[in-house]
Amino acid sequence: MALTDAPRIVTSRMGRDDSHTLGRYLEAGGYDGLHKALSMTPEAVAAEVDEASLLGRGGAGFPAGRKWSMLRKAPVTYLVINGDESEPATFKDHLLIERDPHQLVEGVLIAAYALQVTQAFIYIRGEFALGLERVTQAVNDAYAHGAIGSDIFGSGFSVDVVVHPGAGAYICGEETALIESLEGKRGFPRIKPPFFPAVIGLYGEPTVVNNVETMSNLPWIINNGGAAFAGLGLGRSTGTRLFALSGHVRNPGVFELEMAKTTFRDLIYAPTLGGGITGGNTLKAFIPGGVSAPWFGPDQVDLALGQDEVAEAGSMLGSGSIVAMDSSTCMVRAAWRITKFFSRESCGQCTPCREGSGWLERVLYRIEHGGGREEDLDLLLDVSDNISPGLAWPPQQTTICVLGPSIPSSINSAISMFRDEFLVHIKEGACPYG
Amino acid sequence: MSHFSRETAERARALVALYPERRSALIPMCHLAQEQDGWLTEEAMEDIAELCGVTPAEVRGTATFYDMLHTEPVGEYVISVCTNIACLLGGADELLEHAEERLGVRAGGSTTDGLFTLEEAECLADCDFPPCVQVNSRFVRRQSAEDFDRLLDELASGALADEVPKHGTLIRVRRDGGLRAGRSEVAEERRAMSAAQAERAAAGKDAS
Repeated sequence: MALTDAPRIVTSRMGRDDSHTLGRYLEAGGYDGLHKALSMTPEAVAAEVDEASLLGRGGAGFPAGRKWSMLRKAPVTYLVINGDESEPATFKDHLLIERDPHQLVEGVLIAAYALQVTQAFIYIRGEFALGLERVTQAVNDAYAHGAIGSDIFGSGFSVDVVVHPGAGAYICGEETALIESLEGKRGFPRIKPPFFPAVIGLYGEPTVVNNVETMSNLPWIINNGGAAFAGLGLGRSTGTRLFALSGHVRNPGVFELEMAKTTFRDLIYAPTLGGGITGGNTLKAFIPGGVSAPWFGPDQVDLALGQDEVAEAGSMLGSGSIVAMDSSTCMVRAAWRITKFFSRESCGQCTPCREGSGWLERVLYRIEHGGGREEDLDLLLDVSDNISPGLAWPPQQTTICVLGPSIPSSINSAISMFRDEFLVHIKEGACPYG
Repeated sequence: MSHFSRETAERARALVALYPERRSALIPMCHLAQEQDGWLTEEAMEDIAELCGVTPAEVRGTATFYDMLHTEPVGEYVISVCTNIACLLGGADELLEHAEERLGVRAGGSTTDGLFTLEEAECLADCDFPPCVQVNSRFVRRQSAEDFDRLLDELASGALADEVPKHGTLIRVRRDGGLRAGRSEVAEERRAMSAAQAERAAAGKDAS
C-alpha cells in the first residue's frame, strides 16, 4: 500500500475481519508492548516516546513526549483519550476504534503507566455506536486478561479504564470542551490560560489529553524502540501517519504512509492510493488537513505530506484529512457548506464566532442561490477579519478556542483562488453549476 | 426517583460509580434514558438530576447542547444524512432531497406513524462511502436513491432489527463490573465531600 518500505505501524492487523478481537490481537503479539513497558521504569517508557518524537495526531501536532514531560514534574491525575473525531472529512480514528480497539487500549495502558495515572477515560464520539461497543468489549476483555485493573500482569501497577460516550457536538473534540463534556456539562471550551489541562484539567486536576491515533502508535514504539520510529519520516515529522482521503478520487480511504516521504500527488494519483480523479475530470483544488485548513491548488500537489512542509506553504496538515475537489465543483457551494458547518457547531460563547459564522453563512447562501451583491465579497472578508484579525496564517484569535479563527480559512481560500467564480454567481444571479 | 425502571436505575447507579464525580455520569445516563423511552423525557431528566446531584434544569442545559439527545419525541429510526463537504461532493444533497420526498417530511421532521425521523447531519467520519447515512448511529453504506428506498422497507419490516436497534439503544455491550484499581474509595470520599458541600450551600441559602 505504502510507496516507501516503511512498516505499517497502526494498520498492520486491519486486513482481518476479526481484527477487533482479543484472540486475534494476542496472536499478533498484542499486549507485548505493555508487558515490556511494565518491565521498564515509567521514566524509561516516557523517554522512548520522547525519543520517537511522536507528534500528536489530533490536529495540533504537539509532541506527545513533551506534553507528558511537562507533567512529569507534578503528578498527573487523569489520562483522557480524545476519540471525538468530528473534523469534517476526517475518518482515521473511526477506523482505529472499530478495527483495532485493543491496540488503542494497549496504548492507553502504556501511557497510563508512563504517567502513573490510575484512571483513564476513553471519550468516544457518540455517533460511533459500533466503535463504542467494540472498545467496551475490548476493555472488558482486557480486564479479564489481567491487562487492566488491580496489579496488572502482576506488576504492582493498578489502573482503571472507563469508556465514555459523547452525544454529538463537534466542539467536544477541543480538549477543554471535551473535559467539560466529560464532567457532564455543555461542551464549552475553557479559556487558556489558566485552564491548560496539564495544570487545571478534569475535575480541576492535572490531566493529559491525547488522541486515539497517538495512543495507537505506542505499542509499536515500545516494542521497537523510539529510535526506530524516529528513523522513519523526515525532520520533525517522524513515523508513519494515517491520511484520510475523500472527495473526487477513484479510491477514497485511509492510508498509512511514512511521514513527509510521500506527496499529495502520490496520495491523490498513485494507483495503489487515491487512484486519480473520478470521471475523467481534473483536480481543481484540495483541502490538505481538515476544513479548518486553507485550501491548495493543483500547483501544490508536489508538496510532501509533512507537518512543517505544509505549514511553510501556508496551511496545515491538521487532522490528516485531504479532500480532493474536481473541475465540476462549485467553490461557492463548497465554502458555503463548510461555513454552514461552523455556524451550526459554534458553541455560542464568543460573539465573533457565534454571530460571525451565521452572517458569513447567510451571505454565502445568497451568493450561491442567486441573491449575491457586488459588495458581498468585501463583506465576507470584513466579517472574517473581525473573527480572525488580518486573516493571517496561522490565524490570530479573538475567541476562546480555535473554532472561530478556523471559519475564514475556506472563505478566504475560495475568494482568493476563485474570485471570478463568485463574480459569475453575482452577475448571473444563479449558480453556473446548476 | 420515580420514572426509571428498576433495571435502568440499577444501570444508572453503576455508571455513577465509575466516575470520581457523579455529574460525569450525566451524558451516559441520558443515553440510558433514551434507551428506556426512545427519547429524553422531562421525567427522566428529573431522575437523572437526582442521581447526578444537579437540578433538572442543569440536565436540560447539558442535554440541549448535544445533537444526539432528543428532548422531544423522535421516530423509532432516526435517519441521519450527512451533507458535509466530502458527502456534498458525493451527491448528498440529491440523496437528502430524495429522502425528504420519499418520507414526506423535511429534515428535522418525523413521519406521522412515528417510525422515522430524518436529520441533516454534519460529518459522521465515514467519508470513503459517500453520501454517508446512519440509522440510530449505525452506518449504512453506499446510498443510492434505490438503496435508500430498500433501507426504509427493511427497517419498516423489521428485517434489520439485529443490526439497527430502536432509537436510544446506543451501546449493546455492557461493562463488566466497576472500578478495580482501588480508586473507588477515593471517588466515594469525593462524592461524600461534594454532597456535604452542596448541603452546606443549600443550608446557607435557606438561612438568607
